[in-house]
Amino acid sequence: MILAHTTRRILGQLRHDRRTVGLLVVVPVLLLTLLYFMYDGQEQLFDHIALIMLGIFPFIIMFLVTSIAMLRERTTGTLERLLTTPLKRTDLLFGYGIAFGVAAAIQASIASGVAYWLLGLSTQGNPALVVLIAVTNAVLGVALGLLASAFARTEFQAVQFMPVIAIPQILLCGLFVARDQMAGWLQAISDVLPLTYAVEALQEVGKYTDATATMWRDLGIVAGAVVLALVAASLTLRRRTA
Amino acid sequence: MIEVKDLVVVRGRRTVLDGFSCSVPTGSVTGLLGPSGSGKTTLMRAVVGVQKVKGGTVTVLGSAAGSAELRKKIGYLTQAPSIYADLTVRENARYFAALYGLEAAHADQVVRDVGLGDAARQLVADLSGGQRSRASLACALVGKPEVLVLDEPTVGQDPVLRDELWGQFRAAAAAGTTVLVSSHVMDEANRCDRLLLIRQGALIADDTPAAVKAAAGTDDLDAAFLRLIRDRGEDDAALATKEAGE
Ligand SMILES: Nc1ncnc2c1ncn2[C@@H]1O[C@H](COP(=O)(O)OP(=O)(O)OP(=O)(O)O)[C@@H](O)[C@H]1O
Ligand SMILES: [Mg+2]
Repeated sequence: MILAHTTRRILGQLRHDRRTVGLLVVVPVLLLTLLYFMYDGQEQLFDHIALIMLGIFPFIIMFLVTSIAMLRERTTGTLERLLTTPLKRTDLLFGYGIAFGVAAAIQASIASGVAYWLLGLSTQGNPALVVLIAVTNAVLGVALGLLASAFARTEFQAVQFMPVIAIPQILLCGLFVARDQMAGWLQAISDVLPLTYAVEALQEVGKYTDATATMWRDLGIVAGAVVLALVAASLTLRRRTA
Repeated sequence: MIEVKDLVVVRGRRTVLDGFSCSVPTGSVTGLLGPSGSGKTTLMRAVVGVQKVKGGTVTVLGSAAGSAELRKKIGYLTQAPSIYADLTVRENARYFAALYGLEAAHADQVVRDVGLGDAARQLVADLSGGQRSRASLACALVGKPEVLVLDEPTVGQDPVLRDELWGQFRAAAAAGTTVLVSSHVMDEANRCDRLLLIRQGALIADDTPAAVKAAAGTDDLDAAFLRLIRDRGEDDAALATKEAGE
């Protein structure tokens, strides 16, 4: 009950912020269009990169949005106040997860729609799976954002966590260098980064008509990382502060 | 009933409260007065259970401060307005009402009670300073709390509104609510049943407004406050010189 109200409240805040909603929808579409023109005439390369980007954009954007939103809860005192009410910490964390997950579902559906119908993206597998993986990725971004906000005291600090958390994952996920061509120690790092599995899952959808066992396993790993990050975030959410 | 016993709170490198004890009776309005930085907000945070404490106990309605069953019964107004700037007044009030399982109609009534009926559909970001504090106050009152902890609730309000708001605090107390209010305005202190005077984290008076005035030998609470704060200050200074001499 409280969870539902908290989710609605967060979506309400988003609704009043029209420009943010606009950016959430438009930015991925613009970036995909940019890729389309960059790889003009190299359809295979576009298919490869655009597919991965459909999973990476929601992750980065939701990470940023969430870490700032949660930091605001801390700095404006609303968090302190909420913790004096019957709200449970999980209500707040899951509220963010669900609310931004819904926003990400809309974002990913529009971006995928544009990519498949207007930009000619083609995959062997079902586009719905791409959206599913993108949303799971977005929720991973939310969970990591909630966790990261605990270590930032200002917005300046919070945005700096984006390159720290996101860029190594993007560099090592297999997009730039195939994972089996990396040095052993890089591969070992890549093995423990959740985005690696999200990208592998997307590539499976690109290659095979039916959902593969590897894809489901990868999706499960990403979901597990979400749970881990949420548990860690709830530990950083102390009721009593100095 | 709020009971604070031997409370020790350290914030940063400062010991803000050092063995502080006091009690706040049920169904009354208790004023918390003291110079800026004396520890009023810190004490209130301990009462609502968000302050890390180093020692001592805080008991509210028979349970330890901050416990789950208490959170249904407490309303806390933070000193700086803490509401969502990107929601309307009504949406804020309805959300906080929902946390206590109360319906939207009740929230709308509380918004009118604090004099924001006409601004209910406005975004909090677009409110005036005084309106924003009242919107925050509405969110503290909306849960029908048995214990109300209000940190400077009337700052920035005009005299008419202040009078109306105090009418509401008195009415809540008459209905059995325990109200703890901090203030810097002596005219408001006069409207309390009891006063707690705090200076540098120590309780220097715990009495009715009349008794506080009598103890200071004046009928003016402003003068009484100054005298009590300064006298103690001189005592401390004398003690410090004496200790330094020994
Ligand atoms: N987060 C903090 N970290 C370290 N010290 C703090 C912190 N918050 C407050 N203090 C210190 O604790 C002391 C008491 O602060 P508190 O906010 O309780 O005062 P107050 O009586 O409410 O003052 P005011 O009337 O100005 O609101 C002050 O000296 C303040 O500097
Ligand atoms: Mg204060």
